[in-house]
Order: sequence, then C-alpha cells, then structure tokens
Amino acid sequence: MKLIVNIKKILRDFILNVNFSVEDEVLALLGASGCGKSMTLKCIAGIQTPDEGQIILNDKILFDSDKKINLKPQNRRVGYLFQNYALFPNMTVFENISFVAVNQKSVAENIKRFQLDGLENSYPNKLSGGQQQRVAFARILSSNAEILLLDEPFSALDSYLKWQLELEMKNIFKNYAGTAILVSHDRGEAFRMSDKVAVMNRGLIESFNEKHELFQNPKTLAATLLTGCKNISAAHIENDLIVADDWKISFKRSDLTKKIKFVGFRAKFIQYSQFEGENIFLMEVVEVIEDTFSFLIMVRRKNTNAKLIRWEVDKKIWHSVKAPEIYLYFPPEKIILMEK
Amino acid sequence: MELSPLLITLKTAVVSTIITFFIGIFLAYVVVNLKRGHGLADAIITLPMVLPPTVVGFFLLLVFGKRSLIGQFLLQFDFSLVFTWQATVISAVIVSMPLMYRTTRGAFEQLDKNIIYAARTLGVSEWKIFWKILIPNTRSGILAGIVLSFTRALGEFGATIMFAGNIPGVTQTMSTAIYSAVQANDYALAFNWAIALVSFSLIFILIVNYSKFNKAV
Repeated sequence: MKLIVNIKKILRDFILNVNFSVEDEVLALLGASGCGKSMTLKCIAGIQTPDEGQIILNDKILFDSDKKINLKPQNRRVGYLFQNYALFPNMTVFENISFVAVNQKSVAENIKRFQLDGLENSYPNKLSGGQQQRVAFARILSSNAEILLLDEPFSALDSYLKWQLELEMKNIFKNYAGTAILVSHDRGEAFRMSDKVAVMNRGLIESFNEKHELFQNPKTLAATLLTGCKNISAAHIENDLIVADDWKISFKRSDLTKKIKFVGFRAKFIQYSQFEGENIFLMEVVEVIEDTFSFLIMVRRKNTNAKLIRWEVDKKIWHSVKAPEIYLYFPPEKIILMEK
Repeated sequence: MELSPLLITLKTAVVSTIITFFIGIFLAYVVVNLKRGHGLADAIITLPMVLPPTVVGFFLLLVFGKRSLIGQFLLQFDFSLVFTWQATVISAVIVSMPLMYRTTRGAFEQLDKNIIYAARTLGVSEWKIFWKILIPNTRSGILAGIVLSFTRALGEFGATIMFAGNIPGVTQTMSTAIYSAVQANDYALAFNWAIALVSFSLIFILIVNYSKFNKAV
C-alpha cells in the first residue's frame, strides 16, 4: 500500500503545499491547530479538492489536476476515522457495519475481531467512546479501505479515556500491516503511535523524519516547539562558541559547522552542579513552581535581565539543593541547534 | 350548515402538503449542496413567506391568467386555472412551501457533516446517503416542516381569494367562508368556521408533538 501525495491548495491564511509518500507504515502529521494537517487528510479522502497536484494510491490515481482526474470519495477506498467517529445515529452497531460492508461475511468477522459481540443491536448513543471507536474501525475495515486516515482520534477526550483508547488503537495497529496517517497536535501521541513524523507549519512540511531522529534532533523552530521543548533562544556562532542571545549564555561544543539561528534546551536535561566549569553557569532562581512529580524552576543568568530558562528537577533533588543561586550544567550534546 | 368549505380546505391542505413535502425537501437539499449562490437562492425561495399573500396571489394571476403564456397554452385545451380548485392548491403550495423548505434546510444543516463525509468515504452512494442517512436522521425537523406547512395551508386566505376566488362549493375554503360570512353579517357562521380552523390546527400540532415519530433517534 503506497500513497503518494503532492498537492497545493490556497487556504484563507496560507497556501497548503505538501509533498510526501508513505508505504506500509504509520505516519504522523504533527502540527499546531490550523496548520493544514486535517485539510491534507480531507484532500486525500476526497472530501476537499486541492487546487493542483496528484494523489496516487497503489498506482491508482485518486486526483490529478493535469489529467483532470478527481475520483469521488466513494471510489477512493480511503478509510477516514473522524474525531467524533461519525457513526450513523439511526443504525445499530450491526447496521452501521453491514450498511457499508463489501461482503456480509466480513461483518461478523469484524464484529468478533473488534470485540463487539453483544453490542450488535445497540445504537451509537448507547456506546462508550472506546466502543464507538471500535465500531468505527470495524466499519472502515469492512468497507475494504486500502489505507487508514485518523483525524485527531483522541483530542476530544479526557486524559484517562484517551489513554484507554490509545491502547486499544495500538492493538488494532499491531494487526494492521497497511499504511496509516495520523493527524495530531500531541507530540507524545505522535511518537507512541507512529513510525515517521512529518512536522507541519502553515501549510508546509518542515521536516519528515523517522520519529527518534525528530525528537533527538528537530531541525527547525516549529519542530522543536512541537516536540515540547520549552527553552528556546535566538543564537549565533562567535569564536567557536554558541552564543544564546536571549539567555546571555555561551556554550562550548565541538561540532560547530552549520549556521544556526536558534538553540533549544529541554528543561529535563539541565543538571545541577556543585562547582563551576565548562558549560556550567551560575543561575539566579526567579520562580519556583511545584508540579505533580517535579519542580519547575525558572532561572536566569546571574546579574543579567536575560530571558528565563525553565529547569525541571526531581522533587527530592530540589529539596536537597535549593538555594537562591545555583550552578547548572548544560550538557553540550543535548543542545538543540536550529537552522531556521 | 354547508360542509363544503371544510372538505375543500382539508382536500387542499392534504394535496398541497404532499406536493410541498417533495418540493420543499428537494429545494432544501439543492440549496444546502450549492457551491455558491446560497443567499440568492434562499431569498427567492423564502420570498413567498414574507410577502403579503395578496401579492403572491396577484403574481399567480399574472402567471396563470388568461392573458399569460401559460394561460394561453392551457386555453388551447379549454382549461383555465383561475377560479378552480387546482388554483387553491397552487396558492397553498406557494405560500406554505417556504416553511417546509426552511425547516428541512435547518435540519439538514444541523446534521453533523462528518456523518455524510464518513458515508461517502465508506463508499455509500449519494442516493443511499439521502434516503438511508440524511432523511432518517433529520425526520423530526422534516416532521416539523410538514406540521407548519399543513397548518399554513389550512388557513391560507390572501393568495387563494385572489387566484382561486371564493366560489361556494368549488374554491370556498374555511378561511374564505369566514370572510363571506362576516360580510353577510352572519357572525354565528363565521364563529363556527373560526372555531373549526382553530381546533383543526391545534389538534394537528398536538398529535404530532405527542406522537412517537417526533422522538429524536
């Protein structure tokens, strides 16, 4: 199952221009809300029409502006899982599945596979979120979809239920060998569910990586923010040092070849130090915020009015070291360097 | 008491509601799915609801009268619509149709778009989506449209008296009968018809409000 997408569409605030291909893997489109990721899915499914480009699924042309091909959603065999599951309210679980099933034998199979036995005659409004999700999956697979598109499948849920559904979906994915695209604005969800992550920003794919690669080394500002990095500073290189202008700190690091525009540092990777040294700086504690399992300490370079840096520290450690001024070590290999 | 106004009124309201039902749903479906020009289409279809019925009746006379193209054409078959029972139906349809259209359109628009999109991506044809998903899931809205347009047709006066006249036994409905009775100073008769109209409309709305069909799924 190979999907090639290369489309352009003029939206109100920006131009959607995406170009990627996926084959037998789960791709996450990660981006802030309104960046065009859902629109991309809708174009693939045929619910929206791009202005130009091609969409090709397994050598079948779904859309081609040059050849004037634009298959109806009915003929694309693209399974779309909506955020609210969009079950047909006037039909029972059994009817929801059998109404769209290509052959009726698959209905019973999918009811069994998704553990819906006993619920066949229930209406959607009597089902829990997890049950609705399973019906929606059973329905998509009975309709013989060749690819799965998941549009923010958990975003409307509270965190406990979200986790339950995510576990269920991971189980479904385990038995699913095909291609799937997951749209999400939650970095954790994207990381846990997918193989590759495409970061979208204002209609463009800024980076397209294997997921571990992305979280270790997000190359752009938007990607870094999406991976959850809270500390960002404008930066430049001067005399073989990385000068973080906003923080008024200069880091030493050996592999400086590229031009950089920003640096980032994850709050968790900052370490407490007893002594001064290389990449260790005396910081002034400005604010201490107690979080559920850690302390968030807002610090800045001593004797400056620099931008605050967030340091996340284990509660035990903070209780043993707390002071108005403190030495902090920034491991150089953990500095995120961004070219744009 | 001559019962013909009662029978004519009921016959007219039933027939016009059947016609209105199909046209109203059809127009609602078309307008909801228009890519552009909603505003204009909606305004034209809604117009008969806000115009004075006499204006509607006057235009009906112009369109179907003996001097019009349609009137001339019908005259070739020795037929004229003006002052016939069919004219009461046409008047009732034109005046009550916007109510059917508007309520149905509102119901269509309230249905979660994703349900329709989901059906499309699952391979369900537009025809099946319309009959098996759209209509069943909007039936309480459609029912409300039927109630409104039926009761509106029951009481239609202005367009009817202009276009169909007030001929006892032919085009005289309950509401035009009230008018005639008052002009003839027969207040007792007018009162009877008025009570009849009020009761019919009220009973009809109550039946629908309390029927199980009106329960949302």
